[in-house]
Amino acid sequence: MAEMDVDAVAGQAWGGGVAPFATNTKKLGMWLFLLSDSLTFSTAILAYAYVRLSSANWPRPFEIYPAIANATFLTFILLSSSLTMVMAVAAAHRNEIKKAVIYILLTAVGGVAFVGLHMMEWFRLFAEGVTPWSNKWGDPLFGGTFFGLTGLHMLHVSIGVIYLCIIALGFGRRKFNADHVEVSGLYWHFVDLVWMFIFPMVYLMSVNLKG
Amino acid sequence: MSTHGTSAIEAHHAPTKKLFMWVWFWLLVLTGVEVLLAYLKLDPHPMLVLLVGLSLIKSALIVAYFMHLRFEKLGLFLIIVPSLVFCLVMILIFVFPDSLRIVRLHP
Repeated sequence: MAEMDVDAVAGQAWGGGVAPFATNTKKLGMWLFLLSDSLTFSTAILAYAYVRLSSANWPRPFEIYPAIANATFLTFILLSSSLTMVMAVAAAHRNEIKKAVIYILLTAVGGVAFVGLHMMEWFRLFAEGVTPWSNKWGDPLFGGTFFGLTGLHMLHVSIGVIYLCIIALGFGRRKFNADHVEVSGLYWHFVDLVWMFIFPMVYLMSVNLKG
Repeated sequence: MSTHGTSAIEAHHAPTKKLFMWVWFWLLVLTGVEVLLAYLKLDPHPMLVLLVGLSLIKSALIVAYFMHLRFEKLGLFLIIVPSLVFCLVMILIFVFPDSLRIVRLHP
């Protein structure tokens, strides 16, 4: 694959250089995608805030155990998977292929653990009578926004796991280079970043303080 | 943020493993602070401001170090962050006065 020599063009950035951001096109493309995706999540979170503010009987159902403990552990998993991802990117740039593949796969395992534990949380809520269209504790939109927001995020994590597995396979076979690993890392960190807003907005703002 | 023409490859070697471990550690500490805050029985508004404030610090750490934006050219930062902030401010300006009006309509 022909790689652009960013050094050669970086110095003349706005004077006709082909890489004014001194980066490759894949990375720039991913950043622009993440910019648009962050607006998708922002509007979803703001819509949640809107209906919550507008509701007269919004419930605060989450106890420290199991809901908050589980969500805090999910945060720990995602943050740790981001750490393994930066290690993977660093190893890939040092051309340590085996090490990079192991770190990418560890990151994917973190993603699978996240989705698995979160699905258990979903089924626990279903069993308690909270679904996307009903909620025995009060406003039915609680269920709609909870499953909508966490579902959109979980979809991103699931796609991320598939993406990381493809990258690990391709990088291991030397079909992809370190830039591909880095770009997949950007996506993964973004998924982590979004959870940093969903966790306080959806879980911590709904802690049951009466108990 | 490097404003001169650093090589993208060179830039990746700027942060060290130790730095990443520190960022990860502080992200976990801030998460712990958020969970403790949730149990302080504060009013919803100061609570929301504190939690979103901490989340913004956490996301800035992730973007700056894990996503390497601190080590990229200033131009990349300038096309991404200000445009996102502008869009969010526009959404807030148009949506929230209406949302708060509904709150005042509650008996």
